[in-house]
Formats: sequence, structure tokens, C-alpha cells
Amino acid sequence: MLKCRNVWKKLAPLARASSTVCRQNVRRAGLPNGRIPARVPVAHMSTGPTGGGGENHLYVLLVGAACLGGGIYAYQTIKGDQQRYQDRINEISSRSQKAATEEPTTPIQSEPPAVKASKTEAVPEPETQAAPSPEEPSPPVPDVELAAAPSETAEPPPEPSPPSEPSPAELTEPPPAPVVESADEPVVEAPPEEAAEPPAARVVEEEQSPPSEPSPAELTEPPPAPVVESEPTAAAAAESPSAEPPEPQPEVVAVSGVDSTPASLKVPSHTPYLLIGGGTASFAAARSIRARDPGAKVLIVTDEPDLPYMRPPLSKELWFSDDPSVTETLRFKQWNGKERSIYFQPASFYINPEELDSAENGGVAVLTGKKVVQMDVRGNKVKLDDETEISYDKCLIATGGVPRNLQVIERAGEEVTQKTTLFRKIDDFKSLDKVTRNIKSITIIGGGFLGSELACALGRRSHESDLEVIQMYPEKGNMGKVLPEYLSNWTTEKVKREGVKVITEALVKSVTCKDDKLEIQLKDGRLVKTDHIVAAVGLEPNVDLAKSAGLEVDSDFGGYRVNAELQARSNIWVAGDAACFYDIRLGRRRVEHHDHAVVSGRLAGENMTGANKPYWHQSMFWSDLGPDVGYEAIGIVDSSLPTVGVFAKATAKDTPKAATEQSGTGIRSESETEDTATSPVASSTPAPAMEQHKDDYGKGVIFYLRDKVVVGIILWNVFNRMPIARKIIKDGEEHADLNEVAKLFNIHED
Amino acid sequence: MSSIREEGKDQIIFVTKEDHATPSSAELVEEDPNDPYEERGLILPSGEINWNCPCLGGMASGPCGTDFKDAFSCFHYSKEEVKGSECLEQFRAMQECMQRYPELYPQEDDKVSETDKTSQDSASAEISGANSTSPTVQDSNTTQPNTEGSVES
Repeated sequence: MLKCRNVWKKLAPLARASSTVCRQNVRRAGLPNGRIPARVPVAHMSTGPTGGGGENHLYVLLVGAACLGGGIYAYQTIKGDQQRYQDRINEISSRSQKAATEEPTTPIQSEPPAVKASKTEAVPEPETQAAPSPEEPSPPVPDVELAAAPSETAEPPPEPSPPSEPSPAELTEPPPAPVVESADEPVVEAPPEEAAEPPAARVVEEEQSPPSEPSPAELTEPPPAPVVESEPTAAAAAESPSAEPPEPQPEVVAVSGVDSTPASLKVPSHTPYLLIGGGTASFAAARSIRARDPGAKVLIVTDEPDLPYMRPPLSKELWFSDDPSVTETLRFKQWNGKERSIYFQPASFYINPEELDSAENGGVAVLTGKKVVQMDVRGNKVKLDDETEISYDKCLIATGGVPRNLQVIERAGEEVTQKTTLFRKIDDFKSLDKVTRNIKSITIIGGGFLGSELACALGRRSHESDLEVIQMYPEKGNMGKVLPEYLSNWTTEKVKREGVKVITEALVKSVTCKDDKLEIQLKDGRLVKTDHIVAAVGLEPNVDLAKSAGLEVDSDFGGYRVNAELQARSNIWVAGDAACFYDIRLGRRRVEHHDHAVVSGRLAGENMTGANKPYWHQSMFWSDLGPDVGYEAIGIVDSSLPTVGVFAKATAKDTPKAATEQSGTGIRSESETEDTATSPVASSTPAPAMEQHKDDYGKGVIFYLRDKVVVGIILWNVFNRMPIARKIIKDGEEHADLNEVAKLFNIHED
Repeated sequence: MSSIREEGKDQIIFVTKEDHATPSSAELVEEDPNDPYEERGLILPSGEINWNCPCLGGMASGPCGTDFKDAFSCFHYSKEEVKGSECLEQFRAMQECMQRYPELYPQEDDKVSETDKTSQDSASAEISGANSTSPTVQDSNTTQPNTEGSVES
């Protein structure tokens, strides 16, 4: 108390001086709304109207203008506060009706004044708690002070003291006393007495009450609002010598919190990092963000019911599993014997969305079964299909795509579509597995990666069961759009050997359902009868959000158009299948492969945490057509480009199986990156005795050229040499003799 | 002898082992060690740890990510004779955290635990990744499992 009085004594003269000048100015101007502190003693100073000269007038003018401005501002703020107070009271009264006890209401009443008073009122606070009426003098003061601090969201002064527009007369009255123990207050508190300096008060208030900031208006969850507001109270109160307030306050916090929790608010309304889509790219980004931004809070929103998982095994390894419960466990045995789940991480890795806000070290939360339907880029928020809104700081769109369907099938009617599978998700795998156990014949339409892999996988199954597997496509051979013709033909022979009936150059004209069997009519007249169809005819990138978000869609490749850093607009990145990005080396493209999803997801995560790196590390892809034929590829691998293939004869040791055994990993894209950390599994298993391939194309390297520069490379049954291939593409050089380049791969070695 | 065949726009070359015995005359562009775009290994050129290295798997990003980072950073910057000897506390904290998530960090009692293995391998990756390897680092790699072993028991 003493300290404050001393300070007050020091500052009083200044106060008096400015107030005098103020009053004089107002009198002169004749303005009625200047809030003059009426209690300030009248004292004549040397700088009276008779003294000084022009510069004095200037001084007086400036001070007067400041007073005026401050006065007007205070008046307006109070008016606004009154409205907000009213709203707040209404809200609280609706909530306090739910309050079981009488207690919450009283503390709530005293709580806001404490909040508003920040630390100044802390002392008078406990004393006035029990008696609401004496609160009148103090709340009006904080009211005005707070009037100057619009950042304070809670305006409900105690109900017993209705007039929320305190006369400025009271402005100066209590402060001298409550200018309290809080040591850092006094100097700052005294000047705010003056109507002349409400802006300063506002600044002060803001500094003092950062804890109450986090609950801006009623945008965010109301329940935390009273909780948060109570916190500064507790904090403020804690500073006062009196121990009373802190104790009831936390209880109030708990009570008011419990009473007023609406049921719908399980989803965080704000997240620093929002990832739309729960696939490979999204997971890679989440991992990247967490690695680079310690304690980051990441929210993944996906419309699938599953946690993030990898897709390649859905068309390969899962079908080779001996486990009858594989559709439930979704675990597959890798070639090296190690078993793993297709889920990137088990459920314990993630935290619940409800806990995301409060998680100390942050975490990754996955919100399943919810679809983002609208995006507000200016407001940095999205809307879900259940009307929930989530705001974000940085957002990643990794929505992937939806399998395309043949128009003839879509138009063919329900009976046909029911017997058609579009294969992409876990559910599709489960249903296809079930279907194939009960039917006699299945047809796969499509000769690309997915179609060929599924055909081979089902073909293997046909050995055990009675299943007829047919594959049909418009090209001349499997992977016709990827492999040069000679290799495509060779591959087709391989697929046939896996037990698949291949129909090439097949264009589907119509599909009908007769006697519970499907009849596929081809344009050249052939008729194929089958029980079930799998359509693997491409992927349609999901750009549903483009319209509401105002994002550009690429007309050539489809997908969201992004720059080399994978950014679409400020705070929005796109990765994975849905991203049409600019590859510095190879030009604009859109890639639908697993490793690309990982690489682009990781890059997007890095850029979301400030890295600003372009797409540079070239992603690769691979495919296995049965255990004997496999290849890895990188870059632009388009069969329409001129190619140069360099081959050697394959030995029994060159198979995909042996490659993974050696590197100790199951997924081939991981074999080069994870190799450094995982100790290689000592492969003492002798290579399985296999017949020597009579064909010429045992193993080799195929270069794809564009304007004499290598833009794509396929490693045909040659493994663990991807870094060399990557380097060649990165260089982008014109090589005169590609045979010399092929030497770098040591294709004759293991 | 290599044979060359043309099929339309595609060229096919068959080579024997002898054909490829001579060193390649193809020239590759020299790597820039300071290329900012390049994907880095475990240790960045500045000497810092690259937490985003794929070789770490999910170690730095999972629920025990913070503990892992603390422990591994301590080890990495340790200048002790027995590298990491002052980091027992951090490693213990990391172990404790990992034990709370047995699904994520499977602990095998009979073999070296996953955490040990990964830390070891991360350490060995560090060694292989870094250009300058000091003998002390090599030694400490072997001693580290002992330290961790004692922590475990």
C-alpha cells in the first residue's frame, strides 16, 4: 500500500496538470461528452492560460485532443461492452440454470470482475466476494479499465451491479487503494486513471491478461471459455496476498466446466496442422511435421473408417498370405519372413482428437469417418460433412483419388454394378476376397499395374481353387503403356503362366446380367461370360474441394495444380495422387505411386514447417508379377518414348524374393532408405532352385529418352541399384553411349 | 560380344559379363555436398541430427518422440570418453516411455530390444553417415549397449 501511495504522490502532480488542462480545453470547446475526472483537485500550474506562449498552446492542444480522443473511445467501448455484457449474461444465465449449486453463480459473478480487474482488483475482490453489493465500486472501475481493453471477452459484471457504464467520476476513486501489492502494476495503473490514457490501459490489460486471450469470443468452445477466464482469475488472484480467491476459483473452474460442456464438441475446433485425407501422403506428412516441429499437434481427417495404411500389399502380399484370417488382421508376411501390418502404425501411436489440444507434447490425431466438404481459404477453416468447423494454421490436401469406372458398366444397371468391384481400399480387399471364394469366374478389366498385379495374385489362387481368372484390356500386352513392346509381350507370357486367361486388344462394348452371370460383349464380337468384374481402369484424382477453396485444377493431368514446393495457395499444400506438381527436372506431372506419396508427403510436411524445398528427390515405383518377375522404375516411364534396353542373362539369384531377403525389408521402396538403420538380415538361405529363363530378357536396364536425355529408367530384375538410377536422372545429361551408362549398374552382379 | 537389335523406336542391347568388365566411360555430374535440396542422411552437413531421416522410422515422431530426441541428442553431442555416459537419465526416460507403448516399441527380452537396436543402428548410421569417424565413436558404439543393458536391468 505504501509503495503505491508513494508512487501516486509522485504522479499526482502530473495527473493534476493534465486533468486541469483537459478541463480547460473542454470548457473552451464546450463539448459535453468529455469524460473529465471531476475529483481531481483544481490547481493552477505555471502553465496556465496566462503563462507561456504559442508553444504552450500547442502543448495544450495536443493534450486536449488526446483527452478528447480517449474520452470518445472510452464511451464507445463502454457502449459496445454493454451489448456484449448483455449477450454474455444471457448465455451465462442459460448455463447457470444447469448449475446444480448456488455457489457457481456467486463465484462466477465475482470471477469476471476479478478477470477484468486483472491484478488490481485482486485485493478488493475477496473482500467483496461475499457481499455482491459492495462490489459496485470495484467492478465499474474495472469496467471502464476493461472498456479500454476490448480483448477481455468476458464482460459479465456481477448481476447485482447493473450499471455497466460507470460514471467516470468513479474512475479515480478506488484505484488508489487497490493499486495493490502486484509490484509491476502500480506505475502502470496510475496513469490509466486518466481518461486521457485508456489506450495505455488497454495495452497494459493486454499484457497482463494473455491467458484469457486464447478463448477469443465465442468462436471456440464456450465451455473452455469460462474455464480459461477463471484461470486468469486464479492467476490474478494468486498474486494477491489473500489466499481466498485461488481456492474457490479452481473449483469454480471445474464446476462451470463440467456443467456447461456441450456434447458435440469432441472435435478440436482449431488445429495448427490439418491434414485432409488419411492415406500414405498424409501419414508421411504427419511424421515429417512431428519430426521437425517438436510438440506439433497434427489432426488427420479421413472419410475412411481406417487408420492410415499402405496400399501396395492390398494387391500383392495380402493375397499370398496363408493365414485364413488375413482379412481381419491385415498382416502379411514379407519375403524375408518378417510379418507386419499394412497399417503404418498401430492405434496406440495416435492420440484421440479430443485430447489433441491438451496434449503436452502434441501428437497425431486421426478423425475417421468424416469428410471435408468445404474449405474457406480466407478464413483458414474447413467444414465437415456434419457441419463441424475446424480452423487451421497450415493445411495439407492429400485426398488421393477414386477408382474410375467404365461408362458401360455404370450405365448397365444395378445388377451389373453389384457384381463389379472398384479396387482401392481395405473394404474392397475384404469384399473381393470373400467374393472370390464363392465364384467360379472373375474378370479383370485393365492391363496396368493394379490390373496385372491382381490378375497374378488371383491367378495364383486359381491353382488351389476352381477359379477362372480372365484379364482383358485394350493394349497389346500387359503394362502396354509402360513397357516397350518386346518387354510387354514377355510380361504377358509371364502373366499367362501364372494361370490367367489374357484377352488383349479388348474394348468393352456392353455388359449385361443374364441368369445371374455377367456377359461382357467386346467390340470385335467376342463374348465373355463371368461371375464378377474388377475394374482397374485408372484413378480419378479427388478435387472436390477445388471449387470451395478456389484451387486450380490441372486440365492435362488432373489433380490440384501446385508449384515445385507442392504449395497450392498460402497455407495450403497438396501431396500424393491428387497433386499435379512441377518437377524441376522432369516438368509438370502427376504421379500415382506409393513412394511418390511418401516422398511428396514428407516434402509437404517439411515445407509446412518452413523448409521451402522443391520436389527434388525422385520417387521410384516397383511392381512384382509373381515371385519371379519384378522391376523397379524411376522417372517418366512411358512406352511411347524411345527406349534403349541393355540385358544380361538372369541367374536363379535374381528374383524379387532374393532382393528383399537381402535388404531385410518387405516394401522395396524402403529398402534403400531404411537400409542404413536396420541391420541387414544375414541371408544364408540358398537361392531357391529355379528353372533358368530361356527368354532373353532375364535382367537388365531400360532407359527412356526424351530429346536424348534419360528421363526414366527401369531396373528389370536388378535390385538395390536405385540410387544410381536416381543420380542419372538428376544429372539430366545427354549420354552418347547408353551401354556405358548401363555399365554403372553392374547388371551381371547380384 | 554385345549384340544390338532395333525394334521400331526401341533399341535392345545384349551384353555379356566381359562386355561390361571395362570401367564405364559415362560421366556423372559431381555431387555438391552443400546442395540444399538433397535428401540428407541421418547427420546433416552442419553436424545436426536430421530427425526427418527415413532411417529413424517413426522414432522421432511417435508418442515417445520427445524422449527419443532428448536421449539421442545427448548421445550425439556427448564429448565424454565413454560417449553418452552422461545420458543415462535421458535414455532411462526414453525406455520408460517406450515401455508404455509395447505395441509401438516391441521389447524382446531374449534378444536385444528394438529400442537398443534402433539406437545402436542410428548410432552406427551416424558413424557411417558422417565423413570423419573418430575411433572413440567406434568404441562408444560398442560400449553403448552395455550402458543400455545396465539401464534395462
